[in-house]
Amino acid sequence: MSKETHELTCINCPLGCLLTVVVDDGEVVSVTGNTCRRGDSYGRKEVTNPTRIVTTSVPVVGSATQKMVSVKTAHDVPKELIFDVMRALRDVRVTAPVSIGDVVVADVCGTGVDIIATRCA
Amino acid sequence: METRDIVIIGGGPAGLAAAIAAYDAGCSDVVVLERDTLLGGILNQCIHNGFGLHTFKEELTGPEYAARYVACAEELGVECRLGSMVVDVSSDRCVTVVNPERGLYSIQAKAVVLAMGCRERPRGALNIPGFRPAGIFSAGTAQRLVNIEGQMPGRKVVILGSGDIGLIMARRMTLEGAQVACVAEIMPYSGGLKRNIVQCLDDFGIPLLLSHTVSRIEGKKRVEAVWVSEVDDQLRPIPGTEVRYPCDTLLLSVGLLPENELSREAGVELSPITRGPVVDDSLQTNVEGIFACGNVLHVHDLVDYVSQEAAVAGESAARFVLDQVQESDSTQICLCAEGGVRYTVPTRVCPSRMPDKLTIRFRVANVYRDTFVSMYVGEDRVLHRRKRVMAPGEMEEVVLKKSDVLARPDTSSITITLEGE
Repeated sequence: MSKETHELTCINCPLGCLLTVVVDDGEVVSVTGNTCRRGDSYGRKEVTNPTRIVTTSVPVVGSATQKMVSVKTAHDVPKELIFDVMRALRDVRVTAPVSIGDVVVADVCGTGVDIIATRCA
Repeated sequence: METRDIVIIGGGPAGLAAAIAAYDAGCSDVVVLERDTLLGGILNQCIHNGFGLHTFKEELTGPEYAARYVACAEELGVECRLGSMVVDVSSDRCVTVVNPERGLYSIQAKAVVLAMGCRERPRGALNIPGFRPAGIFSAGTAQRLVNIEGQMPGRKVVILGSGDIGLIMARRMTLEGAQVACVAEIMPYSGGLKRNIVQCLDDFGIPLLLSHTVSRIEGKKRVEAVWVSEVDDQLRPIPGTEVRYPCDTLLLSVGLLPENELSREAGVELSPITRGPVVDDSLQTNVEGIFACGNVLHVHDLVDYVSQEAAVAGESAARFVLDQVQESDSTQICLCAEGGVRYTVPTRVCPSRMPDKLTIRFRVANVYRDTFVSMYVGEDRVLHRRKRVMAPGEMEEVVLKKSDVLARPDTSSITITLEGE
């Protein structure tokens, strides 16, 4: 494989830095254009193993205030597993009380990543 | 009548940050009035991640970001009245509130902080011909239905407008099993953040049609299809370019309008560009003792900046109450937006009072590549910074140093402009 250059927009924060990632023989040689460390690691991952945090909401039973509780993957998961994660959550219900950070589903889709609540109920 | 030092209108991110900053500045006689039954404002329905990287150095979802501020306000003992809708603010800072338990009552405030946020432009503002079928929602309404109510507004979706909420909802609806045919944007550039185009559209193969708009909505009881046409440089649909998209839902993400009905009642001067109050460096409006922050002042892309801005408003309000600062005594310099800079917040600076470093926020009028942002104090250029890309959908900021202003005592204006070199 020869040298490839990827132009990316960093999605870590709304600054949206424009990254230039140079890959040589499958190895990331350089990441430039980022303004923080997260940009560097995003650039490296995005061209080798892109990942995303998945957020959604699930129904909550027994809450006086809410019908739904928002949840997220505690860490980023491989991008190609986004829809598998959604499928795994399709029939999930939680029971109040729920606190921020409570594990809703452990080790979702064998990723080693938990689904955690992002809101109290 | 009840009297309070500071009344804050709105318990979203801006109102909470303003209240906390007022406390920290030594003023604890603060009350936050919130019309909803919970604090946190729009963040409660923004369940996606990407909030708080600047404030907390970690990536939070909207509800988590809100919870941090709610917890902080509770810890300080800030009084927050829920279900309390402000119906009037007078120029002498008398705030009239309506609440199911107390009915209609008034609070006389020494200072008022406006933090009412913004609302979405509705279909009525767009002049799309056709019937009025069910299935047309603003993107924020759809966001509330899906994330808070657990209801899907539809299964086959077209989105008009590429504002951030529209982009976020394109992904959200797709994750929930809907099919999003396209996002049509009338302008030749997106109104949203580039990162949202990447992670909400590109990730899912949803096309973004720039210079396109909805020219016709089909269906009488329920949306059956929408027609999308290319537009010319006058933004008029070009005959013969229309494509029919069968769908049951049309989401509108066509802009946000600061909610300033109360401000107007109080005699607050509004900018025709931001549609928010005209403010000085302390975020005080033209009405003494009335301050503004957050989306009611100008629409933000980023809640972190809302929090920063609101802290300035809260601290200024506290200083106004505690020091009895007579603003009218001090001279002010105008901030001018020129050469592609659409507006600045603030628009006036008081050299004697301004902080050592003043953050000035602005938006540009078009997409600019490899352009310099320049700031002139009088005739002298004090800042000249190259930007790879600037776009109307992304708020920019520059920092004005007090020393640069004080070094030029005869200056009558400060200008922020874009330059090719």
